[in-house]
Amino acid sequence: MNGRRPWWKTVVGVVLTLIMLFPVYWMINVSLTPTSLMRKSPPDLFPIHATFEGYQAVLDQQLPYLATSLLVGLGTVVLTVAISAPAAYSLAKLRPRGRGALNFVLLIAQMIPGIIMAMGFYAIYLNLGILNTVWGLIIADSTIAVPFGVLIFSAFMAGIPDELMNAAKIDGASTWRTFRSIVLPVSRNSIVTVSLFAFLWAWSDFVFASTLNSGGSMQTITLGIYRYIGNNNQEWNAIMATAVVASIPAAVLLVLAQRYVAAGVTAGAVKD
Amino acid sequence: MTTTQTASRSTAGRAGGTARAAVSSVPRRPRRRGQWAAWAFLAPVVIYLVVFYAYPLYRNVELSVRDYTVRSFVMGDAPFVGLDNYVKVLQDPTFGPAFWHTGVFTLVSIAFQFTIGLALAVFFHHNFRLSGTLRALFLVPWLLPLIVSASTWSWMLNSDSGVVNAALEAFGLPGINWLTSPDWALTSVIIANIWIGIPFNLVILYSGLQNIPSELYEAAAIDGANGWQRFWRVTFPLLRPVSAITLLLGLVYTLKVFDIIWIMTRGGPGTASTTFATWSYQLGFASTLPDFSPAAAVGNLLIILALVFGFVYIYTQRKQDIA
Repeated sequence: MNGRRPWWKTVVGVVLTLIMLFPVYWMINVSLTPTSLMRKSPPDLFPIHATFEGYQAVLDQQLPYLATSLLVGLGTVVLTVAISAPAAYSLAKLRPRGRGALNFVLLIAQMIPGIIMAMGFYAIYLNLGILNTVWGLIIADSTIAVPFGVLIFSAFMAGIPDELMNAAKIDGASTWRTFRSIVLPVSRNSIVTVSLFAFLWAWSDFVFASTLNSGGSMQTITLGIYRYIGNNNQEWNAIMATAVVASIPAAVLLVLAQRYVAAGVTAGAVKD
Repeated sequence: MTTTQTASRSTAGRAGGTARAAVSSVPRRPRRRGQWAAWAFLAPVVIYLVVFYAYPLYRNVELSVRDYTVRSFVMGDAPFVGLDNYVKVLQDPTFGPAFWHTGVFTLVSIAFQFTIGLALAVFFHHNFRLSGTLRALFLVPWLLPLIVSASTWSWMLNSDSGVVNAALEAFGLPGINWLTSPDWALTSVIIANIWIGIPFNLVILYSGLQNIPSELYEAAAIDGANGWQRFWRVTFPLLRPVSAITLLLGLVYTLKVFDIIWIMTRGGPGTASTTFATWSYQLGFASTLPDFSPAAAVGNLLIILALVFGFVYIYTQRKQDIA
């Protein structure tokens, strides 16, 4: 700030970060620990006997779960953006009557506990006979992200200069054409933000997966880990290896899109 | 936010005028057509909200005022019982503990998350070398799937082989049965939840700090205020609006925490870490004979609780927007 950057603050910062991230380190450490040393007391602080048994187990057993989660995540992204972007454009730029009420409903929608939505969805899906389907899960997962998506998109689109849209209108573009050819391309950053969060939340979802899709032939990685914990109490290296693999999207997101993440937290201020 | 909206609204009004002047043959149509187009764009989200929010919530209320069994669930002929399920739930021996644990879990989690988040935000505000990178790394716990965090903490807190007990023993302290003892189960899930919630508080409070003009600090420094005084006299009062928002949102989101508790302890042992969220799930999905109706009743009580704080949040934010 004032050119004087005391090094000791960096040291304190690094130490605090290390403390905060210790559980993450420990997850990686355990994932590399051989099964024979799993019950060693005290445990090795460093992976000196590192083995990839755990990751071998992931490759052998968890790939279908990972594929399902990928599919569910991508499906949720498409559905979320398709529904929230046009709505946000309307709220931010077309100023329909009753937008205040709709904004209010969207705010409230974010506060409804997932477990309650899950129960309602369960009752509906059971009667419609669409329990344990991937697209049923995609719809349920999108409910986490759609209100957030509208919020982020409309905050962003409110900042697009009206001159840009009026120019298109004068050139004879319809509202839809303006949206598709002007507003959407300009909103690329917010599309990235919304997509990232929608994917991450669908990928991480446990409540909907365990209630709506626990008996299906295609199950998500969160259920894969949950089953793993339930079934064996011995192979924690395999469980932690799966956890490491399941964390990859979060890591990618942080590395590639750090500024979008921070923007998303502060703009939406939501997480389930 | 409010200013941008007002500004763009006035520009839109002016642009509307230009458009109307240009298409003088149809003087009143653009406005009405604008309304049609606006609602056409909103139609998907409105339908979506009705079908995928309102309808599940309605089904949930319906579940709670009828007596559903597994059979009548499929047949759809469950008898109407009014508020019986709510009475049943209120009289259930689990209600007391669940209510108490929900309160303790929420308030203790938030108190620690907020305090630690604020301290870190103030610290990172000093903009030292690497501060940006380190701040980004602090987001990791918040981004990890909850099942990953919960299972990692489960193993760290394992009685025999966990690293936490190993550390305690290294200092000569006795190990604790974190997850299996009724005295410690709630504490364990609270610790994990605090860890997960710190990044959220840090990021929001940090952005709040950045909006405090640095001249104020300079003025305070000239007046001879030390770091401690600067925090309590400048930072803290000016951060009050952002703090209120952070705390209220934290309340709403902590009330509904389910994954962590369920994965780490399943609300147990016994009901030692049962909250409304886990109790509802327990009733509806975790037993061989599901009690959908009481489960829905518990869920609806939780909604009411969340919405009370939700309305306070919206009210607070509105008031700040106007101010």
